[in-house]
Amino acid sequence: MNSPSVAIVDYGMGNVRSVFNACESLGAYCQIAATPRDLENANVESLILPGVGAFGDAMQLLRDGGWLQALHQEVIENEKPILGICLGMQLLASVGYEFGEHRGLGWIEGEVKRLPSSEPQFRVPHIGWNEIEVASRDGIYADFIGNPTFYFVHSFAFYPQNLEVATSWCQHSTRWCASVQQGHIFGVQFHPEKSQRDGLRLINNFLKWKAPHA
Amino acid sequence: MLKTRLIPVLLLQNGLLVRSEGFHTHQIIGNPIHEVARFNQWNVDELIYLDISRDAVYDVGRDDHRVRELNDSLSILDSVSRSCFMPLTWGGRIRELNDIRERFRRGADKVSLNSQAIAQPSFVEKAARAFGSQAIVVSIDARSCGEGEWEVFTQGGRTSTGMKPETWACEVQKLGAGEILLQSIDRDGSGEGYDLELIRRIASVVEIPVIALGGVGRYEDYARAVKAGASAVAAANIWHFKELSDRNGKRALQRAGIPVRL
Repeated sequence: MNSPSVAIVDYGMGNVRSVFNACESLGAYCQIAATPRDLENANVESLILPGVGAFGDAMQLLRDGGWLQALHQEVIENEKPILGICLGMQLLASVGYEFGEHRGLGWIEGEVKRLPSSEPQFRVPHIGWNEIEVASRDGIYADFIGNPTFYFVHSFAFYPQNLEVATSWCQHSTRWCASVQQGHIFGVQFHPEKSQRDGLRLINNFLKWKAPHA
Repeated sequence: MLKTRLIPVLLLQNGLLVRSEGFHTHQIIGNPIHEVARFNQWNVDELIYLDISRDAVYDVGRDDHRVRELNDSLSILDSVSRSCFMPLTWGGRIRELNDIRERFRRGADKVSLNSQAIAQPSFVEKAARAFGSQAIVVSIDARSCGEGEWEVFTQGGRTSTGMKPETWACEVQKLGAGEILLQSIDRDGSGEGYDLELIRRIASVVEIPVIALGGVGRYEDYARAVKAGASAVAAANIWHFKELSDRNGKRALQRAGIPVRL
């Protein structure tokens, strides 16, 4: 059996090395795409969009770097599975409200808004290991039993318009969506590449995921 | 609900792992990369790696530790991050923004600043602005100087600053630090337990998480630090000299009613 192959989109805002190391440890063939051309030339089955930082800055880098067209081609036209991690998940949304209003990639309808920080025990940024409530036990959660714990670092969350795309939820002050899936487009608010065994298992599920045949 | 983190700390000195006592005695205990692989297998919550070498010379003068490419701490970071699938904080010898960028590029998630933050407090602000507060830890080394009084020391505990840790902690929070790694110099390597008064003092004046370090001798010490206000508990020696130190540490926290990731 062939090992899965993946390109990691290096648009200037992400812990690319950590994601690369995680995929490589799973035996995947990984490529870091440092330019849109790298992405077009990468002969891979899937994409990972990492991200650490602010929504507006990231969209700016994607626009200025000429990534939007290449990503559209690979994800929408060629229907390659993509996993957005943390900010990478938020970028899938239609709009983000971090330091102003910014258009996102718009692949999954929804808004990215700040987590409410009312009580002192629920500090924002939400940093650390938290349990998620899995809503959909296929896709990236295919072989998970119970509610796993993942590592989070974020102040904003994805509020999808259609709640059915939420594949898991997390509770921190309020309940918000911890991961999404719409067809072959996946997003996780936590960092699977930093979440030890459960994180690696989730990435492995993504790398091996195949679209169900109609 | 967020889980309380239990964090091993590894000290790197001139290319080898060491154990430290009172910030002055350093005993070589092993290979800087194999230890990380072991923590990974134990599925630990997070890892803090501090390079406490005083100079850039990494000529260890021996090859019996079988570490390849041991010529600088950054290649150690490369190797560490290849087998580290947990949040990794890297500290030591960080002087400018490029040093931070370089460590993130090689797989670190946070950096810990100490001497440079004291020499130039605006560096903390610049770093937080460039990389986000969540990525900037300020490490504070405090030495007791009388009942309920402490002083911040810099340069690996060698130089006094005249500052009180509570003042400095508030200052770094204002500058944008995301976490404080609070270390008691007196308790370092002593096994007498954390300096709970120090933790209580600092945790009560800042809102950002305080990671307690220094003095753990028994697993029961962890819960005491959490009850004194620490958001996470770190230790070095107990991880090296006891078997099953992650599992047993977590169980002790759990017995004390503290939520942990098992």
